[in-house]
Amino acid sequence: MLSVLAASTPLLLAATGELVTERAGVLNLGVEGMMIVGAACGFGGAWLSGSIIIGALCGIVAGILMSLIFALMTLGLAVNQVATGLALTILGIGLSGLIGARFVGEKITPAPHLHIPGLSDIPLVGRILFGEDGFVYLSLALIVAVWYVLYRTRPGLILRACGDNHVSAHALGYPVLRIRMYAVMFGGACAGLAGAYLPLAYTPFFIPGMTAGRGWIALALVVFASWRPGRLVAGAYLFGAVTILQLHAQGAGLGVPSQLMSALPYLATVIVLVLISRARSGGSTAPAALGTVFVPDR
Amino acid sequence: MQLVLEKRAERSTGIALVSPLIAIALTLVTMSILFAILGKNPIAALGVYFIDPLTDSYSLQEIAVKATPLVMIAIGLSLCYLANAWNIGAEGQFLMGAVAGSWLAVKTQGTDAGHWVLPAMLLLGAIAGALYALIPALCKVRFGASEILTSLMLVYVADLLLDYLVRGPWRDPKGFNFPTTAEFDPVATVPVLIEGGRLHFGSIIALAVVAAGAVLLGRTIKGFEIRVVGAAPRAARFGGFNANQLVLVTFAISGALAGLAGIIEVAGPIGHLQPGISPGYGFTAIIVAFLGRLNPVGILIAGLFLALTFIGGEQAQIAMKIPLDVTKVFQGILLFYVLACDSLILYRFRFISASPKVQSGAH
Repeated sequence: MLSVLAASTPLLLAATGELVTERAGVLNLGVEGMMIVGAACGFGGAWLSGSIIIGALCGIVAGILMSLIFALMTLGLAVNQVATGLALTILGIGLSGLIGARFVGEKITPAPHLHIPGLSDIPLVGRILFGEDGFVYLSLALIVAVWYVLYRTRPGLILRACGDNHVSAHALGYPVLRIRMYAVMFGGACAGLAGAYLPLAYTPFFIPGMTAGRGWIALALVVFASWRPGRLVAGAYLFGAVTILQLHAQGAGLGVPSQLMSALPYLATVIVLVLISRARSGGSTAPAALGTVFVPDR
Repeated sequence: MQLVLEKRAERSTGIALVSPLIAIALTLVTMSILFAILGKNPIAALGVYFIDPLTDSYSLQEIAVKATPLVMIAIGLSLCYLANAWNIGAEGQFLMGAVAGSWLAVKTQGTDAGHWVLPAMLLLGAIAGALYALIPALCKVRFGASEILTSLMLVYVADLLLDYLVRGPWRDPKGFNFPTTAEFDPVATVPVLIEGGRLHFGSIIALAVVAAGAVLLGRTIKGFEIRVVGAAPRAARFGGFNANQLVLVTFAISGALAGLAGIIEVAGPIGHLQPGISPGYGFTAIIVAFLGRLNPVGILIAGLFLALTFIGGEQAQIAMKIPLDVTKVFQGILLFYVLACDSLILYRFRFISASPKVQSGAH
């Protein structure tokens, strides 16, 4: 049985990366593309090496490389971020098919689940708290770390300043483009790991297109969370729960078409986006410079 | 060495014209490297991709058939993008158009319905596409929800709806359990232009759409509003143009065109409704729109070029065992180069040495 935590983890990882990217003022719509390349490379790395860790690292590196293309385009050449993000997704889907073709049909041993005798066997909470795979805990540690860095450290303050007003940050002498590049790379690393999680832990095989729009849902989650780490966790677990719920409902055979159940996470995303945007009609909480091009004058 | 962008005093028209060509040239170079990595002869592979399809009548017709939906969708998308409204769910609107039009084809199947069926199907397709596109547009205008995300989410929903219909209520009872409707009746089928050929009437409609797009953008107030709202939102506000209304209008037009393309595809080359009716036309059309510089005539040329990559990709798979995914990689790389070269229109690239800056005025 797939748990809510496992279903939420790829969403949380990808959304954590995108949150940092967007907090620096960059809108990278290529999360889906970075994820799917991460999935192909992650599975390939794990299958060839026999190590889940090496697979995860391959996914991370692949995500970073993809994000560097995006950084070169949007930060280096001042290209429109929306269009570049779309291009990154189209490229990523093609690349992952190309890379993953030889791994389709192969299987690996999935990432092991934590087992602490006694603790993991506690009814209800035992499995959740002490019995998941390592990535689940890693994703939670990561979002806590991101919260700490963003709100409690100087680099985090500078990063947020770049996202809110790049002209002022530049005037104060901060290297806006370089900071944004690091943020984009962090987003790429997280998306790559999120993609790799799918074939390494969620299902122990690779199929083309296996991210199935999770990258886009992660983008919606960042909006849902109002760009705040705490709400991101809540949102990711909510969506994970919807995913698991529809799987169970399909299994139970409620007489509802399975396609309707499969459509639920996507419909939920639309509905949540509308509700959140409506509730926020007073003023936007998005980073003020989000998605805008910055060309420093000399 | 460090790359520095310098803003040009005005847009460079010369570069605006040649930038798509530079982008294509760079893409071909990159593809040659990719073919070499895959262990194929780059010259031979490029020949199969881009030259062979142009040498026989069947492939030439097939290029026009594939270009038809691409051009129709891209014309609509270009209106959205010019107005700074980001419809990226054309794939879903395409599918919904196909579904709505097919409904009539399925319902009139085997009856002695007259020649009104096909026009009615096309109309239904366009209306359904427009309505489906208006969902994200209304969410944007009324609630401020990102149209990018909502329009994309609805692609998955449309895909699942189509899947449900052809596996459930609309499945051909004599179809050996395949998820498909029965073949449409002749009155519900788009006629071919050449007896025994593939070229169909939809291509004529696509050309009409190009002409209409050119007139709308070049000769009407609405077209002018679209351009101004996208290029200079502040000026548009002072001019009293209603940006929200334009979001609705451009989304509705592009949805209608995508829906029309969808039903034409199903009632034409395919002949029945089934899953997988689109090899990603709605997404490839985004590339077509940008490669064509958001200009109707440019889009026509770009649509034919990207149709060529679909045909070339299929032939390269058969002739040289080159994976079909290479076509998607090609399309993605092309879009990157197009966008990068577009940057040259607004900026001048200069490389300077990254030596530490000389502090001036420190005496």
